[in-house]
Amino acid sequence: MVEYLIDRVGLPGWLAWTAAAALAAVLILNVIAGGALVFIWAERKIAARIQDRLGPTRTGGKFGWLQSLADGIKLLAKEDLMPDGADGMLFRLAPYVSFCASFCAFIALPFAFDFVGLRLNVAVFFVVAVLGLEVFGVILAGYASASKWSLFGSMREAAQVVSYEVPLGMCVVVPVMLAGSMDMVTIAEKQAGWFWNWYLFHDPFTFVIFWVYVTCAVASVNRAPFDLAEAESELVAGFHTEYSGLRWSFFFMAEYGSMFLVSAMAAVLFLGGWNGPVPLATLAGLSEGTGDTAGYLVRLLGMVNLLGKATLGVLVMMWIRWTLPRLRIDQVMTTCLKYCTPIAAVMFAGAMLWQLFLPGGLVPGMRRPAGEIREGWLEGPGGRAAASAPTGSGDLVLVPAAQVRP
Amino acid sequence: MIGAAVAVASTSCLGAVVPPLAVLDWHAVFFMLFAAAACGCALAVVLADNVVRMAFYLVLSLGATAGLFFLAGAEFVGAMQLMIYVGGTLVLLVFGVMLTAQAPFVSIKTSAGEKAVAGLLGGALLTLLLVAALSVEPWRRPGSVGPTEPSATPLGMALVGVRVDEPPAGSPAVGRSGYLLPFEIISVHLLVVLVAAAYLARAKRRKTPRPVEMVASVEPPVSVAEHAAIGREAPAGAPARSGSVLVGGGS
Amino acid sequence: MTAMIAPVAWVCPVFGLGPLGHPPGVSHYLVVGAILFVCGVVCMATKRNALGVLMGIELVLNGANVNFVAFASPWLQADGARSIGLDGQAIAVFVIVLAAAEAAVALAITLNFYNNHATVDVDRADDLKG
Repeated sequence: MVEYLIDRVGLPGWLAWTAAAALAAVLILNVIAGGALVFIWAERKIAARIQDRLGPTRTGGKFGWLQSLADGIKLLAKEDLMPDGADGMLFRLAPYVSFCASFCAFIALPFAFDFVGLRLNVAVFFVVAVLGLEVFGVILAGYASASKWSLFGSMREAAQVVSYEVPLGMCVVVPVMLAGSMDMVTIAEKQAGWFWNWYLFHDPFTFVIFWVYVTCAVASVNRAPFDLAEAESELVAGFHTEYSGLRWSFFFMAEYGSMFLVSAMAAVLFLGGWNGPVPLATLAGLSEGTGDTAGYLVRLLGMVNLLGKATLGVLVMMWIRWTLPRLRIDQVMTTCLKYCTPIAAVMFAGAMLWQLFLPGGLVPGMRRPAGEIREGWLEGPGGRAAASAPTGSGDLVLVPAAQVRP
Repeated sequence: MIGAAVAVASTSCLGAVVPPLAVLDWHAVFFMLFAAAACGCALAVVLADNVVRMAFYLVLSLGATAGLFFLAGAEFVGAMQLMIYVGGTLVLLVFGVMLTAQAPFVSIKTSAGEKAVAGLLGGALLTLLLVAALSVEPWRRPGSVGPTEPSATPLGMALVGVRVDEPPAGSPAVGRSGYLLPFEIISVHLLVVLVAAAYLARAKRRKTPRPVEMVASVEPPVSVAEHAAIGREAPAGAPARSGSVLVGGGS
Repeated sequence: MTAMIAPVAWVCPVFGLGPLGHPPGVSHYLVVGAILFVCGVVCMATKRNALGVLMGIELVLNGANVNFVAFASPWLQADGARSIGLDGQAIAVFVIVLAAAEAAVALAITLNFYNNHATVDVDRADDLKG
């Protein structure tokens, strides 16, 4: 991107860097905001269909395409209320804290090979960490609203999110262990090829732990059946009871942003990232590692792939929401501490043993070792050796014996 | 003389308002941004009276410090700071604040004299530290930002006892060993702490009713003196409210 | 170019730190660490809310961490000379973990105190005073 601006467009270096950074920021912001618009519309339609209704039908033609946009305009025009007893500063800031946390996590999320805001060496860790910060906005909102409903909602959310970070972290560690890197680009690269190279199908343990991850992800973004923080049948609207207008919509954007984020993370960690089930580009002899137009096209295809998988994940979450009844708070805690955490721990140990004793899988020859795939990619036409070298040093093999001191 | 000073000041302000982007070092700019956020919010923690706001400023300060770690090339430490410190410890802290944030305790004021003494001592300490920080010439030279090996992998290896990093010759780090033993010790330590904290904070069964519940239910008092008075009147040995929804009923 | 840098140099000319045109050095981080440390100390000394004292401790530990990371960073050293390498980062990691443990215990003690005395004012913790 930067090289393109410098070489083709002829911008000076500093301007190219600034422009690239601004462009990346604007794109990510649009993914969240635009995504929220689409997802809210989709949620309405899905909810309606599951409840045997039609959902929005008037605004913007037959399917009510423009309903979310109309809602957005309505929210802009709404009066911005604040309760008398509220802590003004915290009440105003809370939605932005939530939104910023959700937005910051997107920085390290790769959309395709090299289509990433910042290629971090510890991307998985970073995303999980930043995602956990969203809870602060909710806690502050609950406290600052000076309302008992809000306080109850935010206390529940705090307990729930902190608890579910434990099994979530354990689930996330498994692909990291298999790939030998916390870099999301590397993790997705290692699942290249046919769909049986995906970590979902790596071994029985990863298959189970994927479903644990789905459960924990749904819980950590506070979607039903874990939406205790805003249980509308008991807490009015939970932590955002007192909010209205634009600030309220920021909470919603943060929620849909987080949903998309955990889905995209599931796609990268378990479902091959931007690698489709069938390696079409590789079969056609193209490589996304090259810097020419064909390489960019393949990367765009990969991005469509990843966005498709993430959107599918979000749709599944909506399906779950409108199908399952809400859990009680003690059931939520039981699910986390008595089921998810032990299962994740056992599966983690199992995946580790599998990787030690059966690294090639049960069927000989079906799975190409990840190292072979990467070596093949390194020798590919663009030659990504330079880009991959630092992450490659994560493998013990690459460390010269002379440097290893006990 | 004064006119010249004003002119210089105005031109420098103008120069700062329209920064020459081309010669700006973005690393330095972001450093200044994060440093200002970290220091400003730390100061706000000291100056704020409301304990919930203090917690909020502390979150911002520690988050900005995580940004500083990223800028120093310590990505793993930065992410760890975000995960454990900001996402774990501080959520816990805010939780504690909310469990104890009855109206009388949200802001407990300190006397002006104590503040003045603390400010004086703090100023003296700050002067001392600043003199120390700026006394070594090589430290004052600008750094050399460039691509380096990511530090997460060597750090992880060092934690399991294998040193794969190659310190520059002459550095005091040459010949150091790994951190397997400290790593194991803090693991056990964490487990002990976990059990101990759960034991200390558990909801206890009580036989006597709690007279303080009446105190908590009266109107929040107005002055600091009244806060103190209410606390004194209350007999010791009873909490102001029953166990929360999360901890479970206390009685 | 130098003439263009000069106006920006006023940001910190007193300390002899570099202008915005240069990457920050170790001293910059040490100054930040010092400010965080002093804020923490003052916070510990002046707050009467037990949780405020706890926040002061977190700030102090964090200020120390900034120094460790600064000395460990290969980027901040002029010519990569006297970096203590990985050890600084490892110590920073240990400090973070121990701070989490310390916060958990301190919070448990505070809650216990609150349960028994119905206040979080540390000045009231004077039962053992003769």
